[in-house]
Amino acid sequence: MSTLVYINSRNGLSKGDFEAVTYAKKLGGDITVVTCGGESNDSLARLGEYGASKVLVDRSVTSNDSQQIANVVTTAAQTTGANTIVFSHDLVAKAVAPRVSVKLIAGLVPGAIDVPNGDTVKVNVFSGKAYGFVKINTDKKIISLLPNSLQPEASGSACGVEEFDGQAGDPRIKVLNVKKPEGDIPLPEAELVVSGGRGLKGPENWGIIEDLAKELGAATACSRPVADVGWRPHHEHVGQTGVAIRPNLYIAAGISGAIQHLAGVNGSKVIVVINTDPEAPFFKAADYGVIGDAFEVLPRLTEAVKKFHASN
Amino acid sequence: MLNSHSILQKNSSMNILVCISKSPDTTSKIAFTDGNTKFNENGVQYIVNPYDEWYALVRALELKEANGGNVTIVTVGEASDEAVIRKALAIGADEAVRIDAAPVDAYFTATQIAAYAKDKGFDLILTGKETIDYNGSQVGGMIAAEMDLPFISLASKLDVSGSTATADMEIVGGIEEVQVELPAVISCAKGMAEQRIPNMRGIMAARTKPLNVVSPVDASNYTAFESYALPEAKSACKMIDPENMDELVSLLHNEAKVI
Ligand SMILES: Cc1cc2nc3c(=O)[nH]c(=O)nc-3n(C[C@H](O)[C@H](O)[C@H](O)COP(=O)(O)OP(=O)(O)OC[C@H]3O[C@@H](n4cnc5c(N)ncnc54)[C@H](O)[C@@H]3O)c2cc1C
Repeated sequence: MSTLVYINSRNGLSKGDFEAVTYAKKLGGDITVVTCGGESNDSLARLGEYGASKVLVDRSVTSNDSQQIANVVTTAAQTTGANTIVFSHDLVAKAVAPRVSVKLIAGLVPGAIDVPNGDTVKVNVFSGKAYGFVKINTDKKIISLLPNSLQPEASGSACGVEEFDGQAGDPRIKVLNVKKPEGDIPLPEAELVVSGGRGLKGPENWGIIEDLAKELGAATACSRPVADVGWRPHHEHVGQTGVAIRPNLYIAAGISGAIQHLAGVNGSKVIVVINTDPEAPFFKAADYGVIGDAFEVLPRLTEAVKKFHASN
Repeated sequence: MLNSHSILQKNSSMNILVCISKSPDTTSKIAFTDGNTKFNENGVQYIVNPYDEWYALVRALELKEANGGNVTIVTVGEASDEAVIRKALAIGADEAVRIDAAPVDAYFTATQIAAYAKDKGFDLILTGKETIDYNGSQVGGMIAAEMDLPFISLASKLDVSGSTATADMEIVGGIEEVQVELPAVISCAKGMAEQRIPNMRGIMAARTKPLNVVSPVDASNYTAFESYALPEAKSACKMIDPENMDELVSLLHNEAKVI
């Protein structure tokens, strides 16, 4: 049994990468990690702590061209004889994994949330409204792990890092420009999320959401109408037609809790709802509820968190 | 609202294929039958998958309106899916193709579409970012792999000039503005276009637009859903006094253990 893990190290290593290697460790057998780009050997060697026995790095690939990355992953899978390939189900993996699936004739399970039971893998379906159990029919298997599905576990020591020629081929996508949202915690990986809806009445009022998020070290999110009218950027829109998230804590202020919104957030471990309307449907999906005005409750909550941090 | 940020230049006319899937209406009750092995379709209304409709199809129509050309929609599905196909035609697609098979998994579906598209000379093949039922985000990448075409995933903006497409592609930690030579496969995400509501004329016209049924090619499926489960019901919500946020913080720390 040999497992290959692809990680995207272009912006450094992230929690999702450590989760993917931890997941591979739970499958048993030898683990090789493959990655592209310029991340330093010292940094990549840390993946050994999570269970990797070595890291292969192809430094010739300098963009997120999914075709090139898929070629590198395929070559690595053939070189190592891997029978399972694990991805962290992030935005780049979503483009790379399907290509590798076709090239290797390997069934792909996108968005796994648990370790396999035999050949069967548990996934979220219907935008988080249900679970499905998918059987992979092929000998080689690809599992793309949803972020925040398990805790990264470091117990080993650093591993070796080898330069690797993954026969990437020529890039077919030309990168003109990279835009990075500043200082944001990527929403899909965030453990804590503070979210606002139409109840906040306008973009000028988002300071109270951001203050709480900052105090908690949380990412910010919003309901769909809020993104549709441009109060907040599209990438913050969570729900059935936005990002699906499963943080440890989701705090929703001024959001009614429509079924399409719940679909994207009901995988959260703990949900706190702040709403003036005691009849708001969101309370049915919440663990803790506060019936009150977000304009008063949010600043009070921020103060309480500050106090808590100061005394802990 | 118009897509004001997009620059459309006059091009030679474009031949665009938009991949359409049906999905249950977003308010559908999700339930399963046959010992939790099948989705219970009882009372479920099907719609065009929102990502396919709102973004992929509408942007295809905008590109056609600016440059001339033809927009074909393709779906892998059974005869009962034709109502959904007519909805997409009502929004403005010129013609539809139904590949006559149940879409068993992403690989099977992508293989059917690639086999159909390979000799048709499409400049652009658009898909939605994912379907809202199985949320796989796989079909676009697989079509690209089978046809050996470049793939821009999760594009939130798309412009075409001559034989070059420029798009904003969502990547880990940001957005890349990228360029590819056509033909290419592009999966479409929020931001690319604004939803269009079909008008009466569109609905009437859709009835007589061509809907060609083609036979599937032989293909296997790599994966299969064996069973389903519903999440456990939440226990009752604990109400906290809005004046007492210290209590909430203490519960989140000591009881829920999330901060
Ligand atoms: C096909 C389809 C897909 C959709 N996809 C999504 C999706 O992905 N994500 C999504 O979010 N929605 C989605 N929607 C929209 C969804 O149905 C709801 O319309 C939307 O979630 C409502 O957003 P909201 O809760 O912010 O606003 P509203 O429903 O207007 O709720 C505002 C809430 O704020 C409360 N409030 C008002 N003032 C205050 C105050 N001062 N303090 C505290 N609370 C206050 C009100 O009591 C109310 O509950 C979709 C709809 C359709 C048809």
